[in-house]
Amino acid sequence: MQTDKTRLLTQTDNASSNAMATNMCIAMSNEKFNQVSTTALKHAEHKQLCYWLSAVAQTRDKQAFTQLFRFFAPKIRGISIAKLSNEALANEVVQETMTNVWRKAHLFDASKGAATTWVYTVMRNVSFDLLRKIQGSKEDNLSDDIWPAVEGVTRVEDDFHDHLASREIMSVINTLPTNQQKVIKGYYLMDMSQDQLAAHLDLPLGTVKSRLRLALAKLKQQLGDKHD
Amino acid sequence: MINYHPQFELMHAFVQGELSASLTAGVAMHAEMCSSCRQQIDALTEQYAQQCFEAENGQHGASAEQEKSIDFTVQDDELDEFFRDMLKDITASDGITDNQQPSPHTVLFSGQQYQLPRAISNIPQGKITQLGKLSRSRLQLNEGDVRTSLLHIEPGGVVPEHTHDGFELTLLLSGSYRDDQGYYQVGDFIMRDQRHHHQPFSEQGCLCYTVVNDALHFTKGLNKLLNPIGNFIY
Repeated sequence: MQTDKTRLLTQTDNASSNAMATNMCIAMSNEKFNQVSTTALKHAEHKQLCYWLSAVAQTRDKQAFTQLFRFFAPKIRGISIAKLSNEALANEVVQETMTNVWRKAHLFDASKGAATTWVYTVMRNVSFDLLRKIQGSKEDNLSDDIWPAVEGVTRVEDDFHDHLASREIMSVINTLPTNQQKVIKGYYLMDMSQDQLAAHLDLPLGTVKSRLRLALAKLKQQLGDKHD
Repeated sequence: MINYHPQFELMHAFVQGELSASLTAGVAMHAEMCSSCRQQIDALTEQYAQQCFEAENGQHGASAEQEKSIDFTVQDDELDEFFRDMLKDITASDGITDNQQPSPHTVLFSGQQYQLPRAISNIPQGKITQLGKLSRSRLQLNEGDVRTSLLHIEPGGVVPEHTHDGFELTLLLSGSYRDDQGYYQVGDFIMRDQRHHHQPFSEQGCLCYTVVNDALHFTKGLNKLLNPIGNFIY
């Protein structure tokens, strides 16, 4: 079963192949996601991974790390062989990633996301730096600067989002007719003015206004229904 | 207010670590300033992580070892010798690695000091060269055809009308500029290709992060004479 977020990511907006699509991060068309069937880990399994990570961070627990290693190392090797077509390099990614997991476990913050997401970013950064190195560029390890959030840098207050709520709202927005979705997303998610939207969508200002009004009324009704 | 954002395909590649360092840094700096793109990136990261570590029939195909490892009850001795050695090697030291606090880097253009975003703060810069109201410092990323620079335009400065063979990314780090297609402000992520002819003009001056992957062509009148120095500007 797909989650709300998956639906958000798979939704295709064929109608807008224009600048609107280009400029709206929200208009997505990536078929990869449609093809991949994922079996999400159960909640208990996620909790288990978090527990092992914190045991590594707090008490340098080798047993817990062994569990993490058994879960992640073979997968990282499989992914890296597919990506790099080179077993030696893939092993290097495994070694480097798992070393970082061992040495940086204290930077993992369970309140910010799943353990799998954190390990993914560690692995992604390791292969990014490795690829840069072997492509003859430099051993400059830029990934830490490029993706500092990975390493547990705290973000400023106003970045707080109620992810659950916004996920639900997005899933409702995605049920709207396409032309209403465009104005809602442009206006609320991209902070475009009604004038800019009218220009972007090549519509009279009045049409933009009335679509916004209609869409809002529908959203209110839908969300209201769910929040009774 | 940010009006121009990376295309979604670019964000996919960014999250997977598959863009050139210059474009990766560009998306990262944009995302630092744009909360909606940051949210998209976070969601995508979660999605790819799931695909990697939780998929049974993911794009990478479930190898025998992947399937085995999803079982939480496997015993130590099921790791092969190679992995056992690696594990021992990793845990031999109890040391930890801490977050490196980034040292703030600044750059000086025409007497004005700018704070550089973290993503590019440790990339070595070439010396600043100047042409009228334009000055540029190349960022030494060593990416062959892909050239990355900081471009500063003094107030009233204009880049002669030009077009591109490849692509040109402009990320506004400070100030604003306009061309015949729009008005751009701090945080805007502007991707152009060979279909676009443009002539950026900055009334108040600006600092841009630019990435181009091919020569520019100046397209109008006397400016055609500038073609040999297209490489100079970007």
